[in-house]
Amino acid sequence: MESTIIKNDLLEYIIDKEGIATITINMVKESTNLFSIDFIKCYIETAKKALKNPEVKGIIVTSGHKEFMAGADLKFLSNPPEDKNQVFQGMLEVHKGFREIEKGGKPFVAAINGTVLGGGYELVLTCHHRIAINNDKAKIGLPEVNLGLLPGGGGTQRLTYLIGVPKATMYILQGRQFRPSKALEEGYIDQLVTNKDELIPAAKKWILEVGNSIQPWDNKSYKIPQGGLMSKSGAETMIGGIGNLRKKTHGNYPSAKYAMACIHDGIGLPIDRGLEVEARYFIKAFYSKEARNLIRTGFFAINEAKKGKLKPSGYDFYKINKVGVLGAGMMGAGIAYVSAVSGMDVVLKDLSIENAEKGKKYSTNLLQKKVYKARMTKEEMQVILDKIKTTDNAADIKDCDLVIEAVFEDQNIKAKVTRETEAVLAENKIYASNTSTIPISLLAKASDRPKNFIGMHFFSPVDKMPLVELIVGEETSDFAIAAAVDYVTQINKIPIVVNDSRGFFTSRVFGTFTCEGALMLNEGVPPALIENVAKRIGMPIGPLAITDEISLTLPLHIMEASDVKLEGATKTLYDIYKKLSHDLGRVGKKTGRGFYEYPKDGKKYLWPELENHFPSNLNYLDADTVGKRMLHIMSLESYKCFEEGVLKTTTDGDVGSLTGFGFPPFTGGVFSYIDYIGADVFVKECDDFAERFGTRFKVPDSLRKMAKEGKTFY
Amino acid sequence: MEAYIYDALRTPRGRGNKKGALIGTTATQLAVSVMKEIQQRHNLDTIQVEDLILGCVTQIMDQGANVAKTIAQHSGYGNHLTAVTLNRFCGSGLEAVNQAAAYIKSGFNDLMIAGGVESMSRIKMGLDGGAIAMDPMVAIPGHFVPQGISADLIATKYGYSRNDVDLFAAESQKRAAKAIEENAFSKSIVPVKDINGFTVLAKDENPRPETTVETLSQLNTSFDMLGEMGGFNAVAIDRYPEIEKINHVHHPGNSSAIVDGSGLALIGNKSAGERLGLKPRAIIRSVATCGTEPTIMLLGPAPSSRKALKKAGMHKNDIDLYEVNEAFAAVPLRFMDDLGIDHSIVNVNGGAIALGHPLGATGCMLMGTVLDELERRDLSTALITLCIGGGMGIATIIERI
Repeated sequence: MESTIIKNDLLEYIIDKEGIATITINMVKESTNLFSIDFIKCYIETAKKALKNPEVKGIIVTSGHKEFMAGADLKFLSNPPEDKNQVFQGMLEVHKGFREIEKGGKPFVAAINGTVLGGGYELVLTCHHRIAINNDKAKIGLPEVNLGLLPGGGGTQRLTYLIGVPKATMYILQGRQFRPSKALEEGYIDQLVTNKDELIPAAKKWILEVGNSIQPWDNKSYKIPQGGLMSKSGAETMIGGIGNLRKKTHGNYPSAKYAMACIHDGIGLPIDRGLEVEARYFIKAFYSKEARNLIRTGFFAINEAKKGKLKPSGYDFYKINKVGVLGAGMMGAGIAYVSAVSGMDVVLKDLSIENAEKGKKYSTNLLQKKVYKARMTKEEMQVILDKIKTTDNAADIKDCDLVIEAVFEDQNIKAKVTRETEAVLAENKIYASNTSTIPISLLAKASDRPKNFIGMHFFSPVDKMPLVELIVGEETSDFAIAAAVDYVTQINKIPIVVNDSRGFFTSRVFGTFTCEGALMLNEGVPPALIENVAKRIGMPIGPLAITDEISLTLPLHIMEASDVKLEGATKTLYDIYKKLSHDLGRVGKKTGRGFYEYPKDGKKYLWPELENHFPSNLNYLDADTVGKRMLHIMSLESYKCFEEGVLKTTTDGDVGSLTGFGFPPFTGGVFSYIDYIGADVFVKECDDFAERFGTRFKVPDSLRKMAKEGKTFY
Repeated sequence: MEAYIYDALRTPRGRGNKKGALIGTTATQLAVSVMKEIQQRHNLDTIQVEDLILGCVTQIMDQGANVAKTIAQHSGYGNHLTAVTLNRFCGSGLEAVNQAAAYIKSGFNDLMIAGGVESMSRIKMGLDGGAIAMDPMVAIPGHFVPQGISADLIATKYGYSRNDVDLFAAESQKRAAKAIEENAFSKSIVPVKDINGFTVLAKDENPRPETTVETLSQLNTSFDMLGEMGGFNAVAIDRYPEIEKINHVHHPGNSSAIVDGSGLALIGNKSAGERLGLKPRAIIRSVATCGTEPTIMLLGPAPSSRKALKKAGMHKNDIDLYEVNEAFAAVPLRFMDDLGIDHSIVNVNGGAIALGHPLGATGCMLMGTVLDELERRDLSTALITLCIGGGMGIATIIERI
């Protein structure tokens, strides 16, 4: 006979005839279990009841949802209560409760039926034994650092005692998540069962046959694996971790530092005091601007965009069964790949079958790597490859739901392809042009159905870059936008929707970054300083290196083709590019000669003679100003996009900047960055820069007004 | 009141590894042997020695628990002798001398022994951990890098090539070999004996007189892995973003050798010397320390030397001989360039690259060595300086009487 003792919105508590209690976490109002203050209070209360009940021999903790617990309630975390100290005291209370459970003399076993992350995993760590179902889709770990936080529920302490300083430090700093079989190997869990039916019986068996109720950290003879902090491995972990953390983060992500400090300061103390150390650092991270930014943009905004938040309302889901990709170059091949992997049939068309096949080879290569790494079987690979049909015949795309043109960035060629395609494509289907620079409304002039014509800007390499920028032309219909958003969500990428403008949002803003780099070089800033400072402020790559990647051919072509007279900074940039490409023969990486040299068997290095053509002086400009110029100009240009209506919301700009061109995530994006440093400071510095470096830093009046009124974007 | 150096003696330096002659000799035994020799040479009434100040860097195990007090107690000087162990990293031995000088000049003490000891074969460098390198809250914002990376950073920033540093190292070996041949050190070396009186080591063990630039060029550089895998090149570049890539040039052959040894000096005022019939060899003209940027760390010798010169009212040309610790070849190279002094008067008998750098003892040893050389050449003034971990420098100017 089982008796149900508690059943509420959060959990269920029963005791069976053998005296085994089960706490089933089941947040009926939520789609999944989330670690929250209310829940944890209820859990501790329930667990204490079980401890007090003499009939209860042991306690199983499991979940009523598909996943065990996805982590903390980020809505709460993104909006911390005003009273820090109260939160801190609350955390200490929770720790006290957990400690009573751990030391209560009865075995607790976690029966992990699915994913358990963050606070959920920390709850599991307070149990004396952890059993999980061997399901490769489930994830186990402490990913908090990726959100600018750190494990605040005892994770930095308990996991370190369990698996040792080197591994715990590395995994917590990386926010690693493991599938259950790997989690067992790494010591995150203690036991695996093959399926759901075995889980609870295994847990009961463990309670009845082993039933240990002493945690390692409460066991005086327990030795931390590989020794503690003062051991050789502990010391090496700290020293090496310190170097590598800066290498990776350049000091921009304080929570990683705090997480490491929790281990450094706390391990070896009585566990209660270690938990207190952790709580102090957690509060510091919890209330940091970086955490706000990473949660607001890096988590919420990106996830909402991914789910298609920008889709115009009132349109049914536009399912893409078949997509036509025109042009099997680098971009077309990538688009074909991501579409096929997402289950769509793909028609990959180029001028010749050979070219189309070459494009398909791109998919073969990527998939073979997966097979090689045992992430996929040969059969699965073949199913995907069979979805890509190569052709040189435009007629083959006639029954496609969507056609994506990815031919050479030339208006006339694109126009020809548009006409050729529309001749066969059904009238109600969508035609998308992958362009990074040419205004969509211009390209749409070649179309007989401009309503169905939309810009679809992919980033290279398509299989890795998460963003797709959808560009709305003058006549593009909401239906086309909706369909395009649906396509992007179907290929698991992040859509943002912007209005037409030369360079749209991403290329236009990112262009200011590369431009600023070249201008500073021209002014006399040493090239290594420009490149290293770019990385130091959090950009993935320096402006000169990325210019080499893009090569000067296209930007020069665009500038020369432009009907606007080149002047000011643009003219200077044109002269720099022209000097490099025409006078010095340094077009970029593709020719092995750009700002950098590209030796065949070695790392690239800055062209030593750059100094002769662009003399520099280390004392001309300090590193902080060099960094600010690069970030400020991108934010300022983004603001202009917003003001001109290219961007509908600042959130779109934040999402686009993080996922499209690697604007530093800790800032939250181009607009969050202005909040981050303060609009008043931003405006003041831009004014200074406008005076010293050029009018491109001139601040629009509306932004100046906003700064004056002390307003923020978020 | 002036502070007089009455004597400065040292043990020979034994290789600080498993094969080193002094591995079986504790730090206490090393320093005590020098204390006893000081007593014997001068028939010193040890009751007059008031305090012992010793530098020692890795103060754990054998060298822990204020090892200077252990040494004082074991020296036979008497229970009255107090002792303190200090740690100014590589500057410790000279710091001890400078502190003693300050005690004497102030009149608070009349006669003291100061110097340092380090048994690097027994107590490995870095075993004492420390927040500077290990505490994330300190080391991350502090842009901490290990010294080898700092040395390579100096070479990169100031343009010393692999050949430049190897040339300097070969010259250090050559000068040390010549000095040994001419018995330039023998006057002040106290052989280390065991409990039976058997000699364990009578002369410096580390020099490799056969060294040439060619043999050095065969060695692999030491800090590439640490820089890349440990992330420290990136840390250095974060601090010095004008540098594209760290040029790793240092290796065991052009860096200071890890050795064991102790060096001590008898320092007192004029009246103490007169009372005991001691003949002063030199006076300490000035002392100085100076902090520098911690990541590049090892640039302290030039500013601390400038400060010491200024305090002494002297010009760099007033110094006859310079002694700058060869922690890494790039350090003296940069020191000479920064101060604008010629190699011909710097480290004339070689330095730590050939002879070794017993961390806590080196400063005092350098002072003794250069004092011997002033006497041998009949010159007057010398400046001793060392770079120090964490970004410090220390300098002392002495003048013969």
